[in-house]
Amino acid sequence: MALSESSLDPKQAIFDTVLGSGLGFSHIVKRGETFRIVDLEGNQAVDTLFYDAADPSERYSAVDTMRTQGGIYLSTGSALMSTEGRVMLRITADTCGRHDTLGGACAAESNQVRYAIDKKYMHSCRDNFLLEIQQRRPQLSLRDLTANINFFMNVPVSPEGELHFDDGISAPGRYVEMRAESDVIVLISNCPQLNNPCNGYNPTPVRLLVWSA
Amino acid sequence: MAEVTQEWLVNEPLRGGQMWSRVLKRGQVLRLTDVAGDGAVAALLFNADSPLERYNMPDTLKAQHIARISAGNVLYSDMGRVLCSVIADSCGWHDTLTGLESSAASLKKYGPGDYQTLRNDWHRNSRDNLLVELAKYGLGKRDFGPNLNFFVKVAVDAEGKLSWVPGNSKPGSFIELRAEMNTLVLLSNTPHPLDPAPAYRARPVQLGVRFAPAVAADDPCRVSCPENERGFALTEAYFR
Repeated sequence: MALSESSLDPKQAIFDTVLGSGLGFSHIVKRGETFRIVDLEGNQAVDTLFYDAADPSERYSAVDTMRTQGGIYLSTGSALMSTEGRVMLRITADTCGRHDTLGGACAAESNQVRYAIDKKYMHSCRDNFLLEIQQRRPQLSLRDLTANINFFMNVPVSPEGELHFDDGISAPGRYVEMRAESDVIVLISNCPQLNNPCNGYNPTPVRLLVWSA
Repeated sequence: MAEVTQEWLVNEPLRGGQMWSRVLKRGQVLRLTDVAGDGAVAALLFNADSPLERYNMPDTLKAQHIARISAGNVLYSDMGRVLCSVIADSCGWHDTLTGLESSAASLKKYGPGDYQTLRNDWHRNSRDNLLVELAKYGLGKRDFGPNLNFFVKVAVDAEGKLSWVPGNSKPGSFIELRAEMNTLVLLSNTPHPLDPAPAYRARPVQLGVRFAPAVAADDPCRVSCPENERGFALTEAYFR
């Protein structure tokens, strides 16, 4: 697992915000801009989707991304592919080392299946995605939610085809950075899941920064 | 529940290159048979009564702690319900990680294979085939999510690397999906994008549809894990 640092200075960022856990977020990252997510307190899953800003029917595709790079984990050098086979963003720095794109987003309904029927009340990433797009991205709907990236999350697969949700390998201050190859809408849920170790059972804030091209 | 019978309601070939769709009603079984072996059938699934609800790869994998599909597994929708159960599988491994072949990738791999030259043996690809089939139900590009690739095995090693596994599906191997909801099934019998064969391979598949016996309390798919017991309970509640 190769780690790589960035030389970008947060003081030079054109966008810099902290997103609390359990909140949704969206932003347009323009072509050539660099987007960084910082895991401020460690082991925080950041559920993320990308859409082409000009034509959101073209969007991040987990299966095309995994197949094109020949591996399931995302890290420095990974090209985040669209449903049309284009590179949307490239990961340019990563001090965590491994990010997931198999585990998807938690939802009230899938929490019932995974944990207990009476867990439906618990807050979820899918609800964050839906509120964010209903309020701020009217061109998107439930129909557009697809398999997402979970930055800082560790979901290993065995050669026998078993899938595990393991303790995170992230730590306070670790970050992942990516450069946009075209204008993209980034849609985030800072995961509120309390039922598995994806957030270390303690969802925490993340910092989001953008640098100009 | 429909009357139990072993008669085939549908028994028809799916040529290499062909696409297909049908609403598989709750309690019906779809059998796909890989007649000559080394087959690949891409599939998308939707709740036929409300297609906003559809097959969800991550929810299917994480509920059952799997990264492949086989007998005893179920295929979850994004709403915590079971669209279909895999009640039989003589193949052992079906992929859901590696997506579809595009027309550009097909052209790059196999060279020109246009209709003008090859007529109905032209090189169709899974993405365009499914796009056409989606359109017949008012669906489109926005409705593509991670799909299933029946009869295909792409293994993941300890470092997360993917590799195509040859010889996964023997001649005559089959998989049976029992619909637990009214499920719109879209299929494309076309080469998988990681198939290393240098020439376009059109493989024959046979499709059968019949009614299933009623789901028993100890149904193997239902009791294979506590998650599936809850998934079946939520699905039954939806039809109550």
